[in-house]
Amino acid sequence: MDIRTQVSTNYGDMATKFADTWKSQVSRLQARFSTAIEEVRMPIEFPVDVPIVYVKKDSIIGVLSFLKTEQGFEYGFLADLTAIDESPAEPRFEIVYNLYSLTSKARIRVKVRLAEGEEISTAVPVWRGADWAEREIFDMFGVKFTGHPDLRRILMADRWEGHPLRKDYPLRGYQVFTDPDPINQSLLD
Amino acid sequence: MKQNETLPSGITIEHDPDDLWSDSRAYVNIGPTHPAMHGAFRMCARLNGETIEKSYCEFGYTHRAKEKLGENRTYHQFVVYTDRLNYCSAIQNNVTYAMAVERLMGIEVPERAIWIRMACAEIARVIDHLVCVGINAVDLGAFSFFLYGFHQREEGYMLIEKLCGARLTTSYTRIGGLMADAPEGWERDVKAWVKKTRATIDEMDTLLTNNKIWKQRTVGVAIFNKEQCMQYSFSGPSARAAGIDADLRRDQPCMFYKDVEFDVPVAQNGDVFDRYAVRMAEIRQSLNLLVQIADKMKKGPIWSEDKRTRIPDKEVVHNTMEGLIHHFKFFMTGFDVPEGEAYTQFEGSNGEAGFYIVSKGNPRAHRMRIRGPSFWHYQGLSPMCQGEKIGDMVAALGSINIIAGEIDR
Repeated sequence: MDIRTQVSTNYGDMATKFADTWKSQVSRLQARFSTAIEEVRMPIEFPVDVPIVYVKKDSIIGVLSFLKTEQGFEYGFLADLTAIDESPAEPRFEIVYNLYSLTSKARIRVKVRLAEGEEISTAVPVWRGADWAEREIFDMFGVKFTGHPDLRRILMADRWEGHPLRKDYPLRGYQVFTDPDPINQSLLD
Repeated sequence: MKQNETLPSGITIEHDPDDLWSDSRAYVNIGPTHPAMHGAFRMCARLNGETIEKSYCEFGYTHRAKEKLGENRTYHQFVVYTDRLNYCSAIQNNVTYAMAVERLMGIEVPERAIWIRMACAEIARVIDHLVCVGINAVDLGAFSFFLYGFHQREEGYMLIEKLCGARLTTSYTRIGGLMADAPEGWERDVKAWVKKTRATIDEMDTLLTNNKIWKQRTVGVAIFNKEQCMQYSFSGPSARAAGIDADLRRDQPCMFYKDVEFDVPVAQNGDVFDRYAVRMAEIRQSLNLLVQIADKMKKGPIWSEDKRTRIPDKEVVHNTMEGLIHHFKFFMTGFDVPEGEAYTQFEGSNGEAGFYIVSKGNPRAHRMRIRGPSFWHYQGLSPMCQGEKIGDMVAALGSINIIAGEIDR
């Protein structure tokens, strides 16, 4: 028993309800972006809840804005933006975009595989609100976003060393800062 | 006469030399321990007179590395950490987390457990909204309104205390069920509380909603329109106040939300007043829901029979060897969750709360991502307050009800 057991009280009907929608959407995506779509994992076939579309790094902004605005997709709500450290597997990182459509009520997930040290374009031009989520990914995983307006640490202090959610980050240790953090005037000019 | 002045960074600012206050530019630091900041938040602003010209927000002062803990604790151990996410509606996080793990394991929870979970989620929603509107009002000087709400909130916590013995840090759900059954007559208590809360809400409504001062402080203040809400991923009451007709309980129903009736209140302007009005309307809807839930609750088991997640009964643990081993293995190594990944969402009090769990078939998650609505709402605070008065920032902050535990994680 895993996620493929369809429990009706726990979103069990999603996989059947949106099966056709997802199928046609995925084939349209593949027709439109052809080789930029590396792989698609459909529910039932794989133990996942919604289709996962693996996109090549360079086409991510094109795919995201297509998904956001194109008729029949309209995934206008960026539900979540995060990353996964898959080390020791290569490429190491996966950037995960969880999208939700307010019109069709369907969800879809877009992923990009990134190797250590690689950069990815920022999604801020598509969703202004991707700003902090990308800062969090930078803070926690050390993945850089090209073109991001203000890529600083967000949860950890600016002086912090290391990226806590990497799998090789030590579970114990201290970094103590005693002097205060003054107002950063350059951000206010 | 207004003149344009160019700052060293190249931005041009309008400035009137005849107005005494027009060029009194100041850099102000608010928080992280300022009482109006509702937790450890910091906002740094450049003011022109009283107007916020530009600002930025900081947080992370209560960061406890919950996502890292999620990768290093078993699924059972992580339940207690979910209480401390949105601590205004702790029990709702328990429910969402339990659903997320059950979904990955394909566990079907017994009916009674689901009804109790729904009741918990709705009680938590009422409590959360009472806190939000109460504190929002007290920040603007309406103190008695706040006390009415807080009394009923305490009574609501009594109901939760009857379920699990705790008020704030509930840890009530278990994977596959609940820690304990609702006591005899709990449904009756819920209905009595609903009746009293309805009266209180009516009273609060007459006290504040049409109050002239309240309206002057809130109508047209800190507007965040539909387009901005979509750009900044606003969800829940804050999005509905701007006219986005979305409620996950209706649009993507889980549990038994299909079998109950409720309306989704939507406002149009997206200002502080609308956010307040939507929350007040939602409290009434949740109270209606609670009556329906209390009526539909039937006696029955509260824990799935699935041997993987069910903690063995003490009777079995103390008297049989197999039971003891099962108990030991459950708490020492935990249970394996089959390989897979899922993003499980629930319409929390403040908006879409979600757990994105990636499992590799181990007793510990490979990735435990927590999506707190406040994280996205807090991001909207700076653009929302741009051009507003500094005093209105406090109103805006209270109205989006950001919770430090959920942002910092």
